[in-house]
Amino acid sequence: MGQVSGENVSKNTGASKLHNTLVYMKQHWQLYLIFMLPAFVLTIVFRYLPMGGVLIAFMEYNPIRGILGSQWVGFDHFARFLSSPDFMRYLMNTLKLSVFGLLWGFPIPILLAFLLNRILSSKTKQKIQLVLYMPNFISVIVLCGIVRILLSPTGMINSLFRTNINFMTMPSAFRTIYIASGIWQGAGWASIIYTAALSNASKELKEAAVIDGANIIQQIKAVEWPAIKDTVLIQFIMSVGNIMSIGFEKAYALQTDLNLGTSEIISTYVYKKGLLDGDYGFSTAVGLFNTVINVILLISMNKIVQRLNEGKGI
Amino acid sequence: MEKKKKSEFSKYPAEDKTILIIGYVLLGLFILAIILPMIYIILASFIDPVTLQNKGLTFDFSKWTLTAYERIMSNKQIWVGFRNALIYSVLFTIISVVITLLAAYPMSRPDFKGKGFFNTLFVITMFFGGGLIPTYLLISNLGMLDTIWAILIPGAFSVWNMIIARTYYMGIPNDLQEAAEIDGADEMVYFFKILLPVCTPIIATIAMWQFVGMWNSYFDAMIYLNSASKQPLQLVLRSILIQNQPEPGMVSDMQSTAERAQLAELLKYATIIISSIPLMILYPFFQKYFDNGIMAGAIKG
Repeated sequence: MGQVSGENVSKNTGASKLHNTLVYMKQHWQLYLIFMLPAFVLTIVFRYLPMGGVLIAFMEYNPIRGILGSQWVGFDHFARFLSSPDFMRYLMNTLKLSVFGLLWGFPIPILLAFLLNRILSSKTKQKIQLVLYMPNFISVIVLCGIVRILLSPTGMINSLFRTNINFMTMPSAFRTIYIASGIWQGAGWASIIYTAALSNASKELKEAAVIDGANIIQQIKAVEWPAIKDTVLIQFIMSVGNIMSIGFEKAYALQTDLNLGTSEIISTYVYKKGLLDGDYGFSTAVGLFNTVINVILLISMNKIVQRLNEGKGI
Repeated sequence: MEKKKKSEFSKYPAEDKTILIIGYVLLGLFILAIILPMIYIILASFIDPVTLQNKGLTFDFSKWTLTAYERIMSNKQIWVGFRNALIYSVLFTIISVVITLLAAYPMSRPDFKGKGFFNTLFVITMFFGGGLIPTYLLISNLGMLDTIWAILIPGAFSVWNMIIARTYYMGIPNDLQEAAEIDGADEMVYFFKILLPVCTPIIATIAMWQFVGMWNSYFDAMIYLNSASKQPLQLVLRSILIQNQPEPGMVSDMQSTAERAQLAELLKYATIIISSIPLMILYPFFQKYFDNGIMAGAIKG
């Protein structure tokens, strides 16, 4: 049925195309008014209206006067942020945290998937997976609570090494703590997608490789890596696209007054400036700056991957 | 069984065996790194606060105590937190799953007019957003501050979950729909009576993610809810675990500051255990949806 009406449309002129659409909408009004409407309204109100709200990045926003009554200040907030001595520090903290996090965190799930794939008994494999996936279900608050008590001067790590170091107050330890706890929590779960891709690898191809006397390294090169290559690329683009949107929740929960030198990132700064200090316009400008960098990164990353991957991107 | 495993392992040539052994050791270390802290926290939560502070773990059972659990269980705020988290998570899951499943249906139909428009509209929101302050001001202007709606409504429609549900619908054979149309069933009847019943695996997967996500989140509650009576569990946990502020009454009967600090530290261990119990009960049930959740999980993780 869909095909027939499709042919009609292609023969018709623009006006009757519109007519066809209206007839379709009338016939299938439920699709629009019942199925689509709630999602449409939520998207417009809670996603698009705030996008309009970024205008206050260019205003001295006054909550009482609202957007229409507040004064325009152009790029003043951006200039203030970019010229402030802390700007470079927040930007570098954000970039370092996510880039190092990606460098350490990205390969480990792939490695885990290769290792799991080599477990001979499927029962053992299931039990291992159960343990590996569990930390993913722990909340950020509980995770950071665990980190804090294990690393406290009287916690597990210190009593293991008979030391008395307060890691949570050391700026130099923050990134390691953040990244290692991220791997602890997320690497197992992140491996699930590679494990699935590996189990789709052709068994015959692998058996053929084994008969040809291929060793493990050769099998990985010839059979397993090609099976997961596309998944790895997509995951990589997604991760790079999210580099600047690095989670507020965890960084904020691992911050202490003394480790702010490395733990203050753009998103926590936006929160403090905006909601705690009430500097709405400035805070929005900082957030917008972050989004713009993120979009540039995502687009350029996609371009690079398209070039490397014979025109295929996302 | 054991023999068969051995023989399979022995089939590998020598250099492969080395690689395998290194691999197994690495995997074993990773698993130990996950399990050991958990065991440590469980044990430590039972130990007398002074002993824990000075000596760490001990198996001298005269130093074991249930005091941390008693103090937490007899505190009202943690139960308020549990209750609120349960209410928010259940309601959010229902609202979110309904809206998402509904929207995914037209998007899965090849003949749906306006699909391109809606697709672009939704996908853009995955990469752009107004950011924290504009969203906060909107919620505030809508009069939703310090109401349950600020938690339940803004994030109720998830584009990722919609895409996942749509992909699943598209995998359902077309004959079902054609048969329904011949029988004169309209979209509503087809969707509710025929399509949804065969989609239970993906519905359960999405519901699980929305539930866990809401149960574990704290940011929205932190910025939108002020009343103590509305705080979900994660905010109560935050004041105990992160801000070092046990609920009033948990430690205040202690004489010295040092004693209070030691007790507060012990309370953290027990708090982590108590707050993890619901998760541990549900975890085996979640397990069967892991495979369905591959896409959802990889994206969220």
